[in-house]
Amino acid sequence: MSETAAIQGSPEGVEGLVEDWASDKQTYNVPWGKAMMWIFLVSDTFIFTCFLTGYLNVRLTTTEPWPLQTEIFALTLFGQSIPLVLIAIMTFILITSSGSMALAVNFGYRRDKQKTFILMVITALLGLSFVGMQAFEWTKLIVDEGIRPWSNPYGAAQFGSVFFMVTGFHGLHVTGGVIYLLVVANKVRKGHYEKKGYEIVEIAGLYWHFVDLVWVFIFAFFYLL
Amino acid sequence: MSSEAGQQHPLGIYYKIWILLFVLSGFSYAVDYFHVEGGLRWFLVITFMFLKAGFITAIFMHVVWERLALVLTILVPPVALLFLIGFMTIEGNYTEGTRYQYRGDDPTLTPLSPSDFHGGGHGEEAAH
Repeated sequence: MSETAAIQGSPEGVEGLVEDWASDKQTYNVPWGKAMMWIFLVSDTFIFTCFLTGYLNVRLTTTEPWPLQTEIFALTLFGQSIPLVLIAIMTFILITSSGSMALAVNFGYRRDKQKTFILMVITALLGLSFVGMQAFEWTKLIVDEGIRPWSNPYGAAQFGSVFFMVTGFHGLHVTGGVIYLLVVANKVRKGHYEKKGYEIVEIAGLYWHFVDLVWVFIFAFFYLL
Repeated sequence: MSSEAGQQHPLGIYYKIWILLFVLSGFSYAVDYFHVEGGLRWFLVITFMFLKAGFITAIFMHVVWERLALVLTILVPPVALLFLIGFMTIEGNYTEGTRYQYRGDDPTLTPLSPSDFHGGGHGEEAAH
């Protein structure tokens, strides 16, 4: 699977690694914007890992009982309480948006302006619906279940602090991503990348996939476990 | 500017990964739905989580097609972070132990759930 990353006459694998770092030239064989986006995403990973580490530590060390997530996040549908159903829908929506973004990147490189634009707008709309559902979820938790960042009636107070901070921070990322995607989509529509090339769509895609990636971890650690 | 064509791959692989992510999410949801508890729950949920994260990073974010120099830059720091999480977990267990041992906190407390409050809501005056 080396059809794209190969440089003419340069070896692959470890030999290529040594050569990339040792040669008197730029190390990363990608457009600078993409390298910078990756570095931003790695630093963002550090931020989210700080949250995750803090969360696990606080959950382990507190001697108050940890609230039962499955019951708190249950939603009553058709008179029946279904655990985590809203979260499951949110997860599927975010995965779908990630898929449509991957297709948008692909059509971008095929220079199919129309399809790239439409797929990016679909991605942004899915992101928007995700944020809407999160707002609904927060409303339910705050208004109906009395969960606050400083206390809640079910168990350890830290549950609320950590939950609102982490999902809020992720929600901000999604909101920012929606704006970012719409800006880039508009530029695609106007044909700004016809000459420059469509790497920028891929860079926006990296950010969006990262948002999905963070949700994978939040889904596991904050809802399921 | 090496990538004249950029990251261009057949569409099929994206659809396959997309479906796979759906299936894996379905599996982790099933873990909750069928009330798998204890160590097996943690094991399954974390396994599905890493599989999903791996496929998103590898295929959707095109990491498998990048050169090793970039791949290592992306993947080595998060691996270091896994150690941080691991160490802090060990530390957290120790802290909890000392709290039970020296502060006399009650290890048998159980959490309340919304159904304990008759239709949920307005529970501010209850508990703690």
